[in-house]
Amino acid sequence: MARSAAGGSLPRYIGQRLLLVIPMIWVILTAVFFLLRVAPGDPISASVGGRLSDQALEQRREAAGLNRPLIVQYFDYLGDVVRFDFGKATDGTPITHIIRDNGGATLTLTLAAFLVALVIGIPLGLIAGRYRDNAGDVTIRLFGIVTYAAPVFVTGILFQLIFVTKLGWLPYSSDMATAPTQYVIDQNVTTHIALIDVALAGEWEAFREILWHLVLPALTLGLLICGVFIRLVRVNMLQTLQGDYIEAARARGIKEGRVIRKHAFRNALVPVITIIGLQFALLLSGAVLTEATFNWPGLGFQILDAINNRDYIAVQGIVIFLAMVVVIVSVLIDIVNALIDPRVRY
Amino acid sequence: MVLTPLGGTGEDVAKRRSMLSALLSPFRQTSGLARWILVIGMLITAVFVVCAIFAPWIAPYGFDQTSADGVDFPRTAPPGGDHSFGTNYSYYDVLSRTIWGARTAIEVVILAIIVSTVVGVVLGLISGFVGGWLDRVLVLIMDSLFVIPTLLLAIVAAFLFYNLPGGGIVATALAITVAYIPQYFRVVRNTTVSAREATYIEAAHAIGAPRRTVMVRYLLPNVVQSVPVIGTLNAADAVGLLAALGFLGLGIQPNEASEWGYDLQRALADVTSDIWWTMLFPGLALILLITGLTLVGEGLNETVNPTLRKRRLRKVMLPPRKTDATKEAS
Repeated sequence: MARSAAGGSLPRYIGQRLLLVIPMIWVILTAVFFLLRVAPGDPISASVGGRLSDQALEQRREAAGLNRPLIVQYFDYLGDVVRFDFGKATDGTPITHIIRDNGGATLTLTLAAFLVALVIGIPLGLIAGRYRDNAGDVTIRLFGIVTYAAPVFVTGILFQLIFVTKLGWLPYSSDMATAPTQYVIDQNVTTHIALIDVALAGEWEAFREILWHLVLPALTLGLLICGVFIRLVRVNMLQTLQGDYIEAARARGIKEGRVIRKHAFRNALVPVITIIGLQFALLLSGAVLTEATFNWPGLGFQILDAINNRDYIAVQGIVIFLAMVVVIVSVLIDIVNALIDPRVRY
Repeated sequence: MVLTPLGGTGEDVAKRRSMLSALLSPFRQTSGLARWILVIGMLITAVFVVCAIFAPWIAPYGFDQTSADGVDFPRTAPPGGDHSFGTNYSYYDVLSRTIWGARTAIEVVILAIIVSTVVGVVLGLISGFVGGWLDRVLVLIMDSLFVIPTLLLAIVAAFLFYNLPGGGIVATALAITVAYIPQYFRVVRNTTVSAREATYIEAAHAIGAPRRTVMVRYLLPNVVQSVPVIGTLNAADAVGLLAALGFLGLGIQPNEASEWGYDLQRALADVTSDIWWTMLFPGLALILLITGLTLVGEGLNETVNPTLRKRRLRKVMLPPRKTDATKEAS
C-alpha cells in the first residue's frame, strides 16, 4: 500500500486524469448539443427564416438532416466529432476550417496577453506581498481589483479612445492589419498563425504592422489576467514569508534583501503554474470579448459572427472546440503539477 | 458572550438583538484595511441599489425615451444643456440609460443568484447525501460544465432561452443561472459529503429521523454556510457576464430595459468619431458596480471563517439543544 503510493502512483495518476478527459468531453458535447437543440426553432429557420419560402426551408432542413429524430442526429453528431468534423456553418464553411483559419489569431492574442500579465502581474504581486499593508500594497491591490473588475470591452474601448482617437499613438485594431498587409498575410498562409507566416516569408513590414495592431488587444486582455496574478502571487508571497526556512535564513544573519530575493521570491513563484491552469478559462472568455471589441479575427470574433447570424451549428462547434481545449489544458496542468509536487498524487 | 441573553427573559428582544448582531458581525469582526474595503464596497453597492430602486425618480427621462415635451432629442449630442451626459446614437439620454441600467443589472443578478443557488444547493445536497451512482453522474456532469468558461456556457444557454416568454431579463438571468449552478453544486456537495459523517448526523439517524428531515433540518443549515460568500463574489462576476452577453448581442433589447453592455456595444463605433460620452458613463457605472461588489466579497472573505463559525453556532445548534434540554428537565 505505502510502497505503491510512493512508487507507481505517478503513471497511474496521469492515466486516471487522461481517462477522465473522454467522459468530460462527452458530457460537454451532449450538454451543448441538447441545450442548443431543445431551443425553440431549428438552426435553419433561425438563420435564414423569413427570407425563404416554407418549402425551401423544408428542403434545407432535409438536406441538413434536421428532420430526423433528435436522437439519431445526436449519435450522428457524436460520430462526426470523433472524426473531428463539427459540421458546416450556414454559409457552407466547415467549422474545422473556421477553427483552423482563426485559431491562430486567438492563440497569438492569448499568448501575448499572458506575457503582458506575467510581466506586470508577478513583480507587482511580489512587491505587494513583501510590503504588506503599506501604501504600495494597497495601491497594487486596488489596481488588481479594478483591472479585474473592469470588463475587457470597457477597457478595450477606453484604450481605443485614449491611445488611438485622442493620442494617435496606435492604429485602430479594426482587424489584424490594414488591407494591403492582409493581402500579404493571405498570400503567405503556412501555419495559419499570421505572425509566424509573415516572418517565414520575410515580410517584416507586415510583421511589424501585425505586432502594432496586437498591442492594444494584448494589453487589454493582459490587464484582466494580471489582476488575478497580483492577488495570487501576493498571497503566496505572504505565506512564503511566514515559512520556517525564511525565519531560519534570517536567524543565520542573512541580509533581509537577500532573504527576500534568494529564498522567498522563488518559492512564492512555484504555484504560478497552477494559476496558469486555473486562469486558462478566464483567458479564453476574455479573448472572446477582446476579439469582439477589436475585431481581432480569432475564434471569439467568429462566435460573435455566428451569434449575429443565429448560426447554431457554428456556435456549437466553436464552443465545443474551445471547451475541449480547456479540458485538455486543465488536465495537462494537473499532470505538470503532479510532476512538480509529489503531494498531488495522493 | 452573545449567548447569555438567549437564556434570560424577554426572549424576543434577545433574539432580535442577536439577529442584528449576526448581521453586523462582519463589520465588528473586521479591522483596519479589511473593514475599509468592506465599507467602501458596501457604499458603492448601496449607491447603485438606490439608483436601481428609485430609477424612475432619479433619472431625468425614461430609458427608451427619445423626446420630451414634444421636442425630439438630438442624436449623439455632447454632454450639456438638457442632457448632462449627452445623448447616444439612438437618441437616448445617456444619463437616464446609465441610471436605469443599474436597475436591470441588479434585477438580473438577484434573479440569477437566487435561482442558481436554489438549484445548486438542492442538487448538491441530494447528490452528496444520497451518494451512489446518482452522485457520480451528477458530479461528472457538473465537473464537465464547470470546466467550460462561464461566458461560453452562458452564450449557449442564452440561445436556449432566447424566445422565452418573460422577455430578455428573465432569459438572460436564466442563461447566467446555468453558468453558475455547477459552482454552488460543487461546494454544497463537497460540504455535504464531509458533513454526512459528522456525529450530529449520526445522532439524527440514531433517533430515527427520516432521511428528508436529516437533509432539511440537520444538513442544510450547516451546508449553506459557504453559499452567501460565493453569492457575493458571483454577483460581481454576474454583472460582468450580463454586460458581456449584452455586448455580444445576446442580452436585453434596448426598448425592453436599459443594459450597459448593449449600450457599450453601440458605443464601440462612436469612438472613431471622438464621441466619448456614450461609452464612458455606462462603462464607468459597470466598473464601479463590479468593483463595489468585489470589494464587499473581498472584505467578507478576509474575515469569513470566524464570522461563519460564530453565526453557525448561534443560528443552528443552540435553539434545538436548548428546547430539548428544557423539555427533558420539565
